[in-house]
Amino acid sequence: MPKPRMIDPAPVSLAEKIIARAAGAARVSPGDIVTVKVDLAMAHDSSGPRRWRPKLEALGVGLWDPSRVVIVSDHYVPAVDEASAAILKDVRAFVRDYGVGHFFDMRGISHIVMPEHGLLRPGMLVAGGDSHSPNGGAFGCFIAGFGATDMAAIAATGETWLSVPATRRIEWSGMFAQGVSAKDIMLFLAREIGTENHNLVLEYAGPTVKAMSMDERMTLCNMAAELGADTAIIEPDATTLDHITAHGGTADASMLSHWRSDPGTDYEAVFKYDASALEPQVAAPHYPGNAAPASEYSATPIDQAYIGACVGAKHEDLEMAAAVLKGRKVRDGVRLLISPATTRTTERATTSGLLATLTAAGAILLPSGCGACAGMGHGLLADGETCISTTNRNFKGRMGHKGASVYLASPYTVAASAVAGEIVDPREYL
Amino acid sequence: MTDRPSRAWAFGDNIDTDVLAPGRLMKLSPEELARHCLEAVNPEFAQSVRPGDIVVAGRNFGLGSSREQAAVSLRILGVKAVLAKSFARIFFRNAINLGLPAIVFDETDAVSDGDEVELDRRRQRLLNRSRNASFELPPQAPAIAQILDAGGLVPLLERRLKREA
Repeated sequence: MPKPRMIDPAPVSLAEKIIARAAGAARVSPGDIVTVKVDLAMAHDSSGPRRWRPKLEALGVGLWDPSRVVIVSDHYVPAVDEASAAILKDVRAFVRDYGVGHFFDMRGISHIVMPEHGLLRPGMLVAGGDSHSPNGGAFGCFIAGFGATDMAAIAATGETWLSVPATRRIEWSGMFAQGVSAKDIMLFLAREIGTENHNLVLEYAGPTVKAMSMDERMTLCNMAAELGADTAIIEPDATTLDHITAHGGTADASMLSHWRSDPGTDYEAVFKYDASALEPQVAAPHYPGNAAPASEYSATPIDQAYIGACVGAKHEDLEMAAAVLKGRKVRDGVRLLISPATTRTTERATTSGLLATLTAAGAILLPSGCGACAGMGHGLLADGETCISTTNRNFKGRMGHKGASVYLASPYTVAASAVAGEIVDPREYL
Repeated sequence: MTDRPSRAWAFGDNIDTDVLAPGRLMKLSPEELARHCLEAVNPEFAQSVRPGDIVVAGRNFGLGSSREQAAVSLRILGVKAVLAKSFARIFFRNAINLGLPAIVFDETDAVSDGDEVELDRRRQRLLNRSRNASFELPPQAPAIAQILDAGGLVPLLERRLKREA
């Protein structure tokens, strides 16, 4: 009788590998509904404690594992009135009462604060109480956004259900032209593949992505939210591990061989693009998919330029703005507002001299946090005003009055438009 | 048995969470916030919607933020169900978790704003009385039907934890 032959298991994508591990299953396939154990759960001051506490009290339970819970106050910061002050006070009380393991009070935007503290590692399954949680997929983890009830249930049990998404691979090759960046890729993709990439994980790959810093990779993953994907992911490499260890996390080279998509993975689709052909992009109101080359919107007058948000105010985003603003002035009648993504971003930009370049050009500094991008804090728009912004969404009424217009663009394009007083292609300024 | 007729409120594609629950108003109480639900696209909606009415929409309903208030507002206004050609993932989960049926339905174009409709979720039937047309709705995954039948995720979890205790 012939011996049974070992059959090579069918190759699986990185996302499927992580979900299978978290589900305690040998493998999972797209469309399966599985229960997964969560390695880390994050929530912020808007969606977290004030929504969790009544639910946990109704259930009569505490946190399943306080050491795996991250709370970040980044929405109502700093308090601007009694209501926001009360929300922030309640967050602090919750953290104390429930013994939350990781708390960042007004230190910046959650999606950037977490990797700044080495909390995201390849192979983890992370639940984030915010739609831009896919940002962390840059670190090779499966991280998706959830609403408050889902997150409260996760906080109570450490578990949730997932419908396993299929993986769509998006490969970029070629070098960017000067003045083009990861943000332009995402605005381009919002038009090219649309905003309904439902039940999909976007796996970014290719030489262009390999050459990117973690800041730029986060930009790619962040806006998977706008593309309607469950999340995004990038296979970890030396750049990933270096960033994690430099920020106090633990990582080692063995992660690289395991946490990757198997050779021969049967992707839902593979799309290939050439980064060297990409022009700076601008998305017109009120929808991120309304993207086109910046030149198509040139000469649109602006009232405000905004450099902020998880997607658009990391250290390298500020560097891009400074490359344009060095030795130039913001146009009279235009206000350029800059809200660095985290307080560490501000600290680093102070030490490097970057902030002096920005403020010399006339930029006005705002506190770190979600701010105007989420319709909160400072820098909201009046009826009829126009803003060009490094943020990720330009829905009607998001940044203030519903009669305001928001154009989305890269830090290069926003900074150049602030100087010109109207939307411009930034390549003329570099 | 079918439920009493509901008015259908029709919306287009890409109804986002900022028009469902504007960020700048998120400090308001849920009841106050609900009064602004969808005002940017239909100022009449939150003023005139009645308990039991249903919302029908095009593609990608609920895209954007994870804010649960988008679904909470519809619930507070008494919306009985949202039928759309497709839903953004987080909104869909939020709605189900709150016990608000979010039902994928390809033929929402067959329902106009103001139509009188009858929805029977369990029997997967939609009757448009105004057009005298009847539709079969797709079945919901057992995991989702279970949450809806319990009245939401928290009541379901409450029962589970009691059982385990």
